[in-house]
Amino acid sequence: MTTVAETGTAPVLAEIFARHPGAGRDALIPILQDIQDTMGYLSLETIKEVGAHLNLPVSKIYGVATFYNQFRFQALGKYHVQVCRGTACHVKGSQGVLDDIRQILKLEPGVTTADGLFSLEVVACIGACGLAPVIKINDEFHADMTTAKLDRVFKALKKEAKSND
Amino acid sequence: MTSTTQPACNCGCPDATSVFAPEELEAWLASTDSTAQEEALTEKLAMLRRENVSKPTIFIGTGTCGLGAGAAKTLAAIRDWCSSSDTDCDIVEVGCIGLCSAEPIMDVQLPDRARVSFMNVTGKKAPDLLASVFDGVIPEEMALGQFDGDSARKPWDGVPTLKEHPFFARQTRFVLAQCGEIDPSSMDEYIAHGGYQTLARTLRDMAPEAICNAVEASGLRGRGGGGFPAGSKWKFALAAKSDQKYLICNADEGDPGAFMDRAIIEGAPHRLVEGMIIAAYAIGASKAYVYIRAEYPLAIARLKTAFAQAHAAGLLGENILGTGYNLDIVLKMGAGAFVCGEETALIHSVEGKRGMPRPRPPFPAVKGAFDKPTVINNVETLANVPPVLAMGAEAFAAIGTENSKGTKVFALSGKVARTGLVEVAMGTTIREIIFDIGGGIPQDRQFKAVQMGGPSGGCIPTEHLDIEVDYDSLKQVGAIMGSGGMVVMDEETCMVDVAKFFMDFIQRESCGKCIPCREGTRRMLEILKRITRGYRHETELATLERFQGIMYMERLAKVIKDTSLCGLGQTAPNPVLSTLRWFRDEYETHIYERRCPAGVCQELRYFTIDHDKCIGCTLCARRCPTDAIIGESKQAHYIIVDKCIGCGSCVSVCPKDAVVLCEFDDEFEVTA
Repeated sequence: MTTVAETGTAPVLAEIFARHPGAGRDALIPILQDIQDTMGYLSLETIKEVGAHLNLPVSKIYGVATFYNQFRFQALGKYHVQVCRGTACHVKGSQGVLDDIRQILKLEPGVTTADGLFSLEVVACIGACGLAPVIKINDEFHADMTTAKLDRVFKALKKEAKSND
Repeated sequence: MTSTTQPACNCGCPDATSVFAPEELEAWLASTDSTAQEEALTEKLAMLRRENVSKPTIFIGTGTCGLGAGAAKTLAAIRDWCSSSDTDCDIVEVGCIGLCSAEPIMDVQLPDRARVSFMNVTGKKAPDLLASVFDGVIPEEMALGQFDGDSARKPWDGVPTLKEHPFFARQTRFVLAQCGEIDPSSMDEYIAHGGYQTLARTLRDMAPEAICNAVEASGLRGRGGGGFPAGSKWKFALAAKSDQKYLICNADEGDPGAFMDRAIIEGAPHRLVEGMIIAAYAIGASKAYVYIRAEYPLAIARLKTAFAQAHAAGLLGENILGTGYNLDIVLKMGAGAFVCGEETALIHSVEGKRGMPRPRPPFPAVKGAFDKPTVINNVETLANVPPVLAMGAEAFAAIGTENSKGTKVFALSGKVARTGLVEVAMGTTIREIIFDIGGGIPQDRQFKAVQMGGPSGGCIPTEHLDIEVDYDSLKQVGAIMGSGGMVVMDEETCMVDVAKFFMDFIQRESCGKCIPCREGTRRMLEILKRITRGYRHETELATLERFQGIMYMERLAKVIKDTSLCGLGQTAPNPVLSTLRWFRDEYETHIYERRCPAGVCQELRYFTIDHDKCIGCTLCARRCPTDAIIGESKQAHYIIVDKCIGCGSCVSVCPKDAVVLCEFDDEFEVTA
């Protein structure tokens, strides 16, 4: 599979636009979602392209993209950590979990580490309230988090990343 | 050898072939005399209903909660065990049965025997458990219960039935009936359990108006929070003249603490599809949308599969079941905005705009998406439609209380022994739900309150535990039915902190269109933050501001309620008002005594180290973010009070429980 880095964004965007034939304003959010799925985030360049395609000013698209929590303007880390801050998780101590992660990874929510390994995101609710407090790393759920468990999980991930180098 | 009944592909392409021939399906769905038809299809139906299995069948709950608890590892362990022990069996992935705290849940059905459910089956435990069950021994400590047996499926001796389990005994399961039991990726199984028959009957025999009347007569009210009678809403849209109408299913479950919509879609996606087709037909819509959270990848995949299967079987698309009715359903992924739970905001989001609400009227039923009449219903409401029409309006209306009919699914979570999804008849008391079904509060702690309705709702204290689940009675105590989130709190939960949590959520999610909500919620959050702020470095001005805020808080709450544009703002102060109503003493302890009785508010708590217990392992000192802990290795450690921020990291890492909460007297001396 060729990557975006090799081919540039144009063919990827063309492929995404082709998925939405006859796209109008109502296709804006699905297109942005597809772009983020493929490229990881929305760059200024892609937003301009979308504007040209849908005949919408860049400001409008930026307005929509910044309104929704889903859209990012910065690449994610190799391990994307999502911390659930729903009610059930809060009652079971997710604030402490978040603080611990911040400390372990030396990372603030919405930021990616300089080595591109970890990024942290706070989400309103993952919908796994029965397993609170929950975090999600890439597509994997980690239930009933405690400080000791966090230490173990991140130690394993750092080790895994090192051995891959 | 292992085989699975999973379709080869899960991406939504209509790969899964039906065991029914097209004409068989048509005859089965169109039959007026179901017994005659049933005889013709006995064999296939029995197979799909698993009335008896020809080879051992293993069911594994791989809903989001199951996966979170490690079901993927269990599934891998099951596959390994089957191939290494050379056992030929079917492995079926099912949705969530509702008891999240017992996940991963695995069921085994041996030929001629009843199906048995096992709880907490981790990957490590699975091989031994399977070996034991296949030898005919049910390990008691892991058995959750067995399904009903009959002559073909001999019940196991000494294993209680699932129906007797306290979690299930008091439930009335309409919407969740098939969740966790059937294979959600198989339309055939849904059909064999009676699915799509109501649809076929309704399209054939009932005019749209008759359906609206029946749903109105049943007393079904919106399950998403508003509680508006579904039938009446449909009638408005039906009466509106337009060349195009829309149905939107709101699956954007933004309410933190609610996850029933996700579980319904993951466990029985065809139930929603059936409900949507009936609803769309009843209002005369030819296009429908499902607006679903992008955070629910599994639910989205299941729904895509279901759409593809329904299309292939002629239940969606053009000329549905030969009636000449056309319907297309489009999946729209929500992009994460709580305010999109509000109807007009959701419509704007579907149209590709910022999800901001607009004043009503005109109501969406008259002028909605793309300026056409639009009905928006929640997942649970639509999933209720097939049973309502199947059992008839009268039978449905017989369940529940005077103004609230049918059942409601609650997402029970927080400080309760058994967490998960609970479906009870309206009129069940909150006490029954928490203490009988949920098993009470773990670790012998005291119940304090239950939060219902999320950020728009309120808390119910101990003295009102006997209140019945009903739209109106809940309102009287300052809570709401909402979407059904039910978060239980015990003595270790601080109510001021809970209010602050919700206010923080709301002010972040406020869309910013109207000033009372945008500015008001932020001011309220500031007031709450000042209440819970540490006082050691507080200036005199800050103290004055703190008291000024407290004095104005209730007035501010009223202004926000009265003047906000949409439901989000109008209900935003509820968590504060409700905690203030029932737990004023807690606020006062924070304000006057400057301490947090539950020991939650960070800046109002301090820790000390019990020197008799401390072994000098240095874990706490290394973890402390402010270097407030000093001490030599293998010597007792000390906390420098001035540096301590009360974060509690030391408590969580201490292996000897030597770090304890302490309080201060007026002179600021530690009184352990």
